[in-house]
Amino acid sequence: MSKKTKKTWNGFSLKPRLDLPEGLWVRCSGCEHMLYRKNVEENSNVCPECNCHFRISADVRIKQLVDEGSFEEVSSELTTEDRLEFKFRDTTYKKRLKADEKKSGAKEAIRIGKAFIKGRGIVLSAMEPNFLMGSMGSVVGEKFCRSVELAMAEKLPLVVICCSGGARMHEGVISLGQMAKTSAVLAKYDEQGGLFISVLTDPTTGGVTASFAMLGDVTIAEPGALIGFAGPRTIAETIKVELPEGFQRAEFLVEHGFIDMIVSRKDLRSEIARLIDYCKK
Amino acid sequence: MAENNNNIAGGDYLEFEHNVAEIDRQMNELRRLSSAKGIDYSTEIRKLQKDQVTELKKVYSTLSAWQTVQVARHPKRPLLNDYLNLIVKDFRPLHGDRCFGDDKAIITGLGQIGREKVLVVGQNKGRTTNEKIACNFGCPNPEGYRKAIAKMKFAEKYGIPIVTFIDTPGAYPGIGAEERGQARAIAVNMMEMSRMKVPIICIVIGEGGSGGALGIGVGDKLAMLEYAYYSVISPEGCAAILWRDGSKAPLAAEALKLTSKDLTRLKLIDAVINEPLGGAHRNLHDTVYNVERYIVKNLAALKRTKIDKLLENRYEKLRSIGTSTSTAEEIAKKTLISRERLKEAIEKIPLAKPVPAKV
Repeated sequence: MSKKTKKTWNGFSLKPRLDLPEGLWVRCSGCEHMLYRKNVEENSNVCPECNCHFRISADVRIKQLVDEGSFEEVSSELTTEDRLEFKFRDTTYKKRLKADEKKSGAKEAIRIGKAFIKGRGIVLSAMEPNFLMGSMGSVVGEKFCRSVELAMAEKLPLVVICCSGGARMHEGVISLGQMAKTSAVLAKYDEQGGLFISVLTDPTTGGVTASFAMLGDVTIAEPGALIGFAGPRTIAETIKVELPEGFQRAEFLVEHGFIDMIVSRKDLRSEIARLIDYCKK
Repeated sequence: MAENNNNIAGGDYLEFEHNVAEIDRQMNELRRLSSAKGIDYSTEIRKLQKDQVTELKKVYSTLSAWQTVQVARHPKRPLLNDYLNLIVKDFRPLHGDRCFGDDKAIITGLGQIGREKVLVVGQNKGRTTNEKIACNFGCPNPEGYRKAIAKMKFAEKYGIPIVTFIDTPGAYPGIGAEERGQARAIAVNMMEMSRMKVPIICIVIGEGGSGGALGIGVGDKLAMLEYAYYSVISPEGCAAILWRDGSKAPLAAEALKLTSKDLTRLKLIDAVINEPLGGAHRNLHDTVYNVERYIVKNLAALKRTKIDKLLENRYEKLRSIGTSTSTAEEIAKKTLISRERLKEAIEKIPLAKPVPAKV
């Protein structure tokens, strides 16, 4: 825009006009209201008009959820290898990884570490939706398992913020195996009597729902989150029927008995803290 | 016998088998002529048979990933029912998940394989159209997975080993399936199977379609038939998402590395069970008996292992799936530490008395 103004310069001012900073306003995907970004951010990235919970990056999530500055990240050095040498269209998995690393500032689709919630120690895994749609490849599986092992070793409750499109296709059966791997580790954790709080956010689908996301001792969902095994488009294409309103949303899952409670983002902290207190031995 | 082996009714040839089909056509023509006119064409027929064998060897030794998928989906490929009929003695099916219903896409029951009592759990696709509809084309619903785990727990109680036959395009993506918790059903199965206190052998006999396969596919051994496939997503699904065009499935199949050959190379499966020349559908009996041999052999070995050791091995195996960078690093670190320790240890060893130098 500014370049264009320069080209069609009319000689009235020596300074090119300043554009409005990008993204000062956002449109809510739920109610289509134009919202002032700062207001939304202050409201923990929830639309003040319609309570639509926007997707947030792992960074923002951690900041919102844990006590300030208490997050101590581990295993952040793990990066992904392209073992299948996956090529698609005119690009490769490696290029896609690089691009998403730049876009999201994260090295992988999950961040794990120790933290405090209202003074209660936890192990936190937060998935990153901006990194290949939070999909689970070998590193995500490995980091998740490490977070469970950390929780086992330190005898801390495990809180997982799920946000994922499912198993990562680019890693083929390696990603598929992560489903078995994470479930196996959770079985061990369960035997040890560890508390696992699974928080499902928009979206949680595919291989992640069909493994650790649904294995929580307590399963919490954010309002309106899409949660399911097969994506709605796949289902619509398979059965050629229009899907009912609210299908696969958090409320739908509560109704069918697969989620304990729906908690809005601003209450998440206190709700998790309360649960931890209840489960203290 | 050779005739039966290599002669399949028309229309069942895959598109890359047109040479094989042509030879079959010629042989049939010769046979017809010889019986009609009484001329002996046996030498010619024998020659054609030899040609056909060479052709089949050529075609099947260089199958592409997409061609493998087609072989795995061949309408005449042996299905769970064939295995039940041929290698499971005295099969007693057990029905129902005690919650909702009885899913016909997953069959469970007690039987004998070799001399072992086992619990058979398998996905059934059905041969005729009616059967296919009844068992939902091999796509299980949550009740199928719940039935499977319920029967497995029953088997665990009496120390009966479990053999699972995987053959599904994937768990069913439907409204009812979502309402009844498809995801949770699969997740629970994986979790419980990882700590099931009996040996578990899983065999992919046809299609190993993503989570649907894993729901009964966690165990001590994971084997695959030579031309079966095992994948995180169907090639069509992958093509639709990554290529934005479902017809690019052949490319997706290639990229997904879903054949037994690739998976062996990536060390993701334990064994490949050979198929007869030209694929399982050309010789049902040989395929089924190869599978039986594999089960009998491995079951014996697994039964000899103590249960604690078995569970430990299974856990180790699951825990290490796909760990490459990290484990490599750790191993390097460990070896480095042990090397340093070794160095220290060596230094501590009192030196031998210096040998007087040779004059």
